[in-house]
Amino acid sequence: MGTADNKAAGAAKNTYQGFVYLPLIAGWLVPGAGHFLLRKWGRGTLLAISIIALFALGLAMDGKLYTSAQDILDILGLAGDLGSGLMYFVGRMLSLGGDPVQFTTADYGTKFIEFAGLLNIIAAIDAHNLRTGRKQS
Amino acid sequence: MIRPSHFTSLLLVAIFASTVFGITMRDTPKRMLRYGLYCFALFVGSAILISWLMFFIAR
Repeated sequence: MGTADNKAAGAAKNTYQGFVYLPLIAGWLVPGAGHFLLRKWGRGTLLAISIIALFALGLAMDGKLYTSAQDILDILGLAGDLGSGLMYFVGRMLSLGGDPVQFTTADYGTKFIEFAGLLNIIAAIDAHNLRTGRKQS
Repeated sequence: MIRPSHFTSLLLVAIFASTVFGITMRDTPKRMLRYGLYCFALFVGSAILISWLMFFIAR
């Protein structure tokens, strides 16, 4: 049983060529891109739609993009936001998002944006696991 | 700017998070779907349960 598992993992490793961390980095920068590189089109599309929609809804609700870390909660918020990869940097460049949270929905929006970043990290790690063969299919 | 209600926000988060959890935590499409539905039910069910608990505590 163990031998069969090892053979399957080895076969998965041999299926993909190139830099081993590329799906991880691509998946972090662009949601779903890691899965697209591994030709997992359906999964990549669903992940991209989910993460981008959550991020966009957060911005539409006037959620805040963290720009600095003054205390521990800001550091955690910034870490969550950075998980969104390019979406975060593009949002910062375009000055998207509200600054002070004035409405309840804006606070929800801030959490939406953080959550999108954290989900994107999970998706990127999943792409990495597929690439290395740790996850079978 | 959009202003969804608290419950609508919960449903949106539950749908998208369950999709990501289902895809990343399971191997086969059938198990992904089942796990995604399970996560969605837990998200919504626990929120409704806690809401009722808070309602009675507030009284």
